[in-house]
Amino acid sequence: MGHALVNVPASVKRGDAFEIKALIAHPMETGFRPGPNGVLLPRNIIQRFTCTYNGVEVFSLTLSPAIAANPYIAFFTVATESGSLTLRWTGDKDFMAEETVPITVTA
Amino acid sequence: MIGWPPFGLAARILCACCVLVAPLAVAQDTARRSGYQDMGRSLQAMQDDDMANPAMLWVQEGAALWTRRAGSADKSCADCHGDVGGMAGVAARYPAFAAGLGRPVDLEQRINLCRTDKQKADALADESRELLALAAYVARQSRGRPIAPPDDARLQPFIAAGDALYRRRQGQLNLSCAQCHDDNAGRKLGGATIPQAHPTGYPIYRLEWQGLGSLKRRLRNCLVGMRAEAYGYDAPEYVALELFLLSRARGMTLESPAVRP
Amino acid sequence: MIDTSPETTRRAFLVCSTGSAAALALGVAPAQATPESLDAAIKAVVGTARLRAGKVTLDLPPLVENGNTVPMTVSVDSPMTESDHVTAIHVFNEKNPQPHVMSATLGPRAGKAKVSVRIKLNDSQKVVAIAQTSAGEFWTASADVIVTLAACVEDPT
Ligand code: HEC
Ligand code: HEC
Repeated sequence: MGHALVNVPASVKRGDAFEIKALIAHPMETGFRPGPNGVLLPRNIIQRFTCTYNGVEVFSLTLSPAIAANPYIAFFTVATESGSLTLRWTGDKDFMAEETVPITVTA
Repeated sequence: MIGWPPFGLAARILCACCVLVAPLAVAQDTARRSGYQDMGRSLQAMQDDDMANPAMLWVQEGAALWTRRAGSADKSCADCHGDVGGMAGVAARYPAFAAGLGRPVDLEQRINLCRTDKQKADALADESRELLALAAYVARQSRGRPIAPPDDARLQPFIAAGDALYRRRQGQLNLSCAQCHDDNAGRKLGGATIPQAHPTGYPIYRLEWQGLGSLKRRLRNCLVGMRAEAYGYDAPEYVALELFLLSRARGMTLESPAVRP
Repeated sequence: MIDTSPETTRRAFLVCSTGSAAALALGVAPAQATPESLDAAIKAVVGTARLRAGKVTLDLPPLVENGNTVPMTVSVDSPMTESDHVTAIHVFNEKNPQPHVMSATLGPRAGKAKVSVRIKLNDSQKVVAIAQTSAGEFWTASADVIVTLAACVEDPT
């Protein structure tokens, strides 16, 4: 568990907004679905996603059981300075995954 | 019973009743079409963008497995095969004849032969995450290439067997594959467009499965839809059907790993 | 924003209606949010403020091929400056077991108020997006989505 694919452009011009696309392997079990024995499968979802840019939070998302399995999240942030973006997913059953990607900002 | 999200039972019944109430006239396209062309724009976009295609999660895992040593031979795929780039074109010509076995094997079975014979490790389970990841990683190297079944005389009897299976009526609904995929392709079955059944994108991320699956799993789903007994995973019928479908799709572009509804 | 090609419209009309009949025959009664619980969930976010249509674009396929994974993009017309930006984007639905779908928190550093995710929709229904601005305004857009059933699904074994 906890493997993710994160995509950001190789380099961005200072002041430009760029898109971050993230996919993570996760079942997003809703808690409303019966298993083979008819008993509801316990809920197992990612509840929260955050993105920090050089330590400052620039985006966050609260998820629900209505988010599809293997969640895809795409959003924007403005290029301020070179450094790194840290994406973090946390959820049920102490789920926690983190990915850090470098970002190069040009003048 | 609380069924959310999908409606397994209802959908299975739907499969039957919509056939029986003979569907709707849509001019039949004589040209070969990939299932890709029957999808809406947003699903096509999901397949086309590697950063958005969820199957790429398995490809990424396959890349890690490619270099991981396994079995008593303590060898990785890469130890023998080198860079995965050498696998370009391989998936486009499977199933292929395995001389040692005297019968054809599909890509997943070929990978498992390397697991057991070369790595001296246990075979990976059918539809396991690892096997699908390796198959997706290998198949990804052939994306964009034309499907090119080998011109191997030893395959002919198996292709012929697949052809016969494809045309044979079976199951409680007394349907053949051909009745849906040749005679009614392009028409609607429930919400789904009946595709021409060209296996252009396997393994696929099927939204219905919320995960990756093999062509075999897809065929099993159709057999269940026909109310026919699905063969066991090892059954030669699947490889025969796969061979026939691939020969029928010769020259079409491989999209692996594709997205399908 | 919404694809209304003849192809999709035609497909929308061809949706087989026996699915719900089969569900009824089997006594399937899925837990569902209701228009009331949708209203309550929206009220919890908007409070007594005015909710105005506009500024928000909710992009969903009008005809969903499989409700398990429905691509959705919400974008808001906003300069995203320090003094005038979107602070949150919320999405709700009418018929899933719970009305809440997602809430995004953003600010001027987003540069662009646009978020894409994939959602689950267990039936044809209305989806509502609400954007909250730094001025304390609430803007909304909604979309009606037709969810079709997949054919030939999994074996029961
Ligand atoms: C000890 C060396 C060795 C290892 C380890 C090995 N292979 Fe192979 N593989 C071979 C050889 C040799 C062949 C050619 C067929 C034969 O001789 O059986 C082959 C054939 C193949 C083929 C078919 C190629 C074609 O052109 O038809 C695929 C696909 C494949 N291997 C995948 C894998 C994967 C995936 C792994 C790791 C799980 C792996 N192999 C591990 C030696 C190896
Ligand atoms: C009752 C009609 C029907 C029958 C009979 C049927 N199928 Fe299918 N098949 C479908 C439908 C519908 C889909 C697409 C499912 C969807 O999108 O929900 C499909 C999908 C497929 C696909 C996937 C195509 C792609 O784009 O990936 C293959 C391959 C296939 N069928 C092969 C077969 C074979 C082989 C048989 C006979 C063993 C068979 N089908 C019998 C209706 C049928």
